[in-house]
Amino acid sequence: MRGNFSTITKMFSAGVVAAGLSMSSPAKAAEDTIKVGILHSLSGTMAISETTLKDAMLMLIEEQNAKGGLLGKKLEAVVVDPASNWPLFAEKARELISKDKVAAVFGCWTSVSRKSVLPVFSELDNILFYPVQYEGEESERNVFYTGAAPNQQAIPAVDYLMSEDGGSVKRWVLEGTDYVYPRTTNKILEAYLKAKGVAAEDIMVNYTPFGFSDWQTEVSAIKKFGSAGKKTAVVSTVNGDANVPFYKELGNQGIKAEDIPVMAFSVGEEELAGLDTAPLVGHLAAWNYFESVDTPENKKFIADWHKFIKNDKRTTNDPMEAHYIGFNMWVKAVEKAGTTDPDKVIDAMVGVSVPNLTGGYSTMMPNHHITKPVLIGEIQADGQFETVSQTPGLVMGDEWSDYLPDSKDLISDWRAPLSCGNFNVATGKCGGKGTN
Amino acid sequence: MILLRALGLMLVFLMASLLPSNAAEADLRAIIAKFATGTGFSAIEAVVRELAATGDPLVERPLAALAEGNLYIRKADSMVFVGNEAGDSVSLLDPLSGEKTGDAAKTDITKIKVNNTLRRVIRDALGTLTLRAKDPSVRIAAADTMFKTPDAANIEPLDAAIAAETDAKVKALFEQARAASVLVSDKPEADKLAAVALIGARGDRDALSLLTAVEANAQGAVKDAATAAIASINSSLALWDAGQNIWYGISLGSVLLLAAIGLAITFGVMGVINMAHGEMVMLGAYTTFVVQQVIRTSFPGLFDWSLVIALPLAFLVAASVGLIIERGVIRFLYGRPLETLLATWGVSLVLQQAVRSIFGPTNQEVGNPSWMSGSFDVGQLAVTWNRLWILVFALTVFGVLLYVMKRTPWGLQMRAVTANRRMAASMGIRTPWVDALTFALGSGIAGIAGVALSQIDNVSPNLGRGYIIDSFMVVVFGGVGNLWGTLVGAFSLGIVNKVLEPYAGAVLGKIVVLVLIILFIQKRPRGLFALKGRAVEA
Repeated sequence: MRGNFSTITKMFSAGVVAAGLSMSSPAKAAEDTIKVGILHSLSGTMAISETTLKDAMLMLIEEQNAKGGLLGKKLEAVVVDPASNWPLFAEKARELISKDKVAAVFGCWTSVSRKSVLPVFSELDNILFYPVQYEGEESERNVFYTGAAPNQQAIPAVDYLMSEDGGSVKRWVLEGTDYVYPRTTNKILEAYLKAKGVAAEDIMVNYTPFGFSDWQTEVSAIKKFGSAGKKTAVVSTVNGDANVPFYKELGNQGIKAEDIPVMAFSVGEEELAGLDTAPLVGHLAAWNYFESVDTPENKKFIADWHKFIKNDKRTTNDPMEAHYIGFNMWVKAVEKAGTTDPDKVIDAMVGVSVPNLTGGYSTMMPNHHITKPVLIGEIQADGQFETVSQTPGLVMGDEWSDYLPDSKDLISDWRAPLSCGNFNVATGKCGGKGTN
Repeated sequence: MILLRALGLMLVFLMASLLPSNAAEADLRAIIAKFATGTGFSAIEAVVRELAATGDPLVERPLAALAEGNLYIRKADSMVFVGNEAGDSVSLLDPLSGEKTGDAAKTDITKIKVNNTLRRVIRDALGTLTLRAKDPSVRIAAADTMFKTPDAANIEPLDAAIAAETDAKVKALFEQARAASVLVSDKPEADKLAAVALIGARGDRDALSLLTAVEANAQGAVKDAATAAIASINSSLALWDAGQNIWYGISLGSVLLLAAIGLAITFGVMGVINMAHGEMVMLGAYTTFVVQQVIRTSFPGLFDWSLVIALPLAFLVAASVGLIIERGVIRFLYGRPLETLLATWGVSLVLQQAVRSIFGPTNQEVGNPSWMSGSFDVGQLAVTWNRLWILVFALTVFGVLLYVMKRTPWGLQMRAVTANRRMAASMGIRTPWVDALTFALGSGIAGIAGVALSQIDNVSPNLGRGYIIDSFMVVVFGGVGNLWGTLVGAFSLGIVNKVLEPYAGAVLGKIVVLVLIILFIQKRPRGLFALKGRAVEA
């Protein structure tokens, strides 16, 4: 029953949307523009998160054009709608590259959508900028990962909770939505916690389906797990819409941040916008950017965003910053290479360094991940985060986790002569396999 | 900067010297001024401890403000104030007296940051200070804090508080808090054994948590007593857990019932496979959002009434949309289920995208009125208010609907048309209008379900998607065309789901339920309460 309905959904939404968009996508295609593809869902379940990123990209492109464009040409955005439908992501990516001849694509949110476009990008040799925190265990020549790898978000977050400032947590609940990102992240975290001497009975792992809305049992299980006389914290990889009912239930059952703090990896300013945050003050999130970060770059970015979107209340978030960094890196690499030819740009990307919004510089590393600071923030009553801890320096994205037995010997370096995304240092061969 | 700080301190002393009668207050001000000089959480923690150590009830105001994140430092003179935010400016209050001393722009002051550890320290400090508060709920909160963070130093103030306490309930809580503190003190074993007995009698999770810690650290008779108390608490909690699962199941069942009850009419009674049913629920939720938005901007005093106001509006909005859908699309498709399915599915996409275009793709904030927030305890079972009200609401809606169907002329016509359309038409019933109004009724009920669901779920364009499958499941399982079947179906699915969940997990639990339903439908294709008679075969 369920499978049938969702297939029908997909066919329908895909058809409707494809028909709508092929009419609206710009067809002028002047010779003197550089095209940039934007591959974010504008309908379906992921529209809630991805639409904002499409708008952020349009703003960045508009700003770049106001500055005089790139290589003397204007940039032109080509927006397509993969409609939260994973196979359609691959189709739309192919369309962007073969038909629209874009120079680079900015897009995807979920890991499964990224996985579905990977073959297209390597076959047609184009560039994808992926702006969302993800589970790692991947490094592709054609993809630049501007979101956080697990060691840029999950590990520092756990370190903070273990520290005295974070409450010296001894017992851990790993609560997640049932798909690849939480599963892999929790695998890494479990291995990491055990390496730090946490006993197996002090770790509870639980998964719920997408869009889960009845959290009573889970929250009371957390309460129960937390009453064993040891300081307990929840590390949440709960995704998207399921967060709002989760936090509502926490608030209603009276779980306070002082007693059992919840550290979330997928809850940003945008998710909190749909929520009364007063009962949640003190719960935590780990990101590389918060809207509340007090730097001139961020102030300007927020002001530009409000002007562009014509709404003072729209929040900014971490994936938006990732696109900001990624786009500026791409612009710089194109200028350095003097061409938009993907092969040359890919080679020029490594080592490019651009300002991020938290007051430092982010650099593209040879493994196609970037350096970022890690911030831990507490939810405030106004729906913003207040930074309570920040890594002293920048953290370099580690694509192959050191805590998983499958991937601990793997490294990635896309510079010649190695040019390999999964080099096994133990066997000295390219072509190792990670956990997923 | 140092000069300024010194100046600030001098100012404090100056004020102190002007009020020689209150030397203690001057001391407090001197301590409070240290908030401005310390950096880092540990420095602030030290100041908090120093303030708490004075034992002066006056420090409650600055400490409470600090915990709330309302304590500010004025950049110009490093003075510390309690701030009340109002738009871009903050009105500054004296930290001790609470009198207003002026306003400041947000850029001229810095908030003193607190983290969870610090909040805990402050809470503990306030616990001791508020033992003698006038409001019993504050004293209960104090007792609760002291119970959770036992400290041998607490025994003395608690003894004094117990002696002065008149409220029996608060007194009992104080005694439990004292017992908790005795267990970490160096009192004789007999005292500790009495304490274990007292805490064991409390019997809740906090007691369990405390005793587990005692068991790990104590020796001899105390350890044995703790072990025994833990065992007895655990066995009583196991019973409560079972009760809790049933309650959660009933609560989930009420949500399913609400979501499905409109469908029980459009699909169950009329036989229209209405894939746009979820979107009617969503429209109801968005109506609630709009109502709350208007109330927030124009009549903030009415906020607690927002849901009551939203109910009839949501019914009207969803019912009118339902009417338009029936008149515009569905009436041409009666008797063609596949086309109806596709057409209503298309309608649902149109509605979703329309809402997305108007309100944006992001979640909208629908607040809980105060009477729907929080929880209360029944024994060891925490019952949340919003779930309880939704249960009451679902049953009320069900009752009203049953009355309409069974006891009103309109309900009679509705049933007549369903049972035998041609005969009903021959008797003078205007069947097309009955169809239209029945569909509108089903849609309207979905709309008011949306008002309730907006309290526990996201209000986003995808809201309906999550409920459509469950709704069909309930109606098909309960028996198409039978309202009682929907009721029983909703509650049995809810309870089975929630009883399975703690053992199988949410993902597997749901799969098991689906498999069970498939098997059940194989055995009884017409559901739990099958309609009998000729109408069924028609």
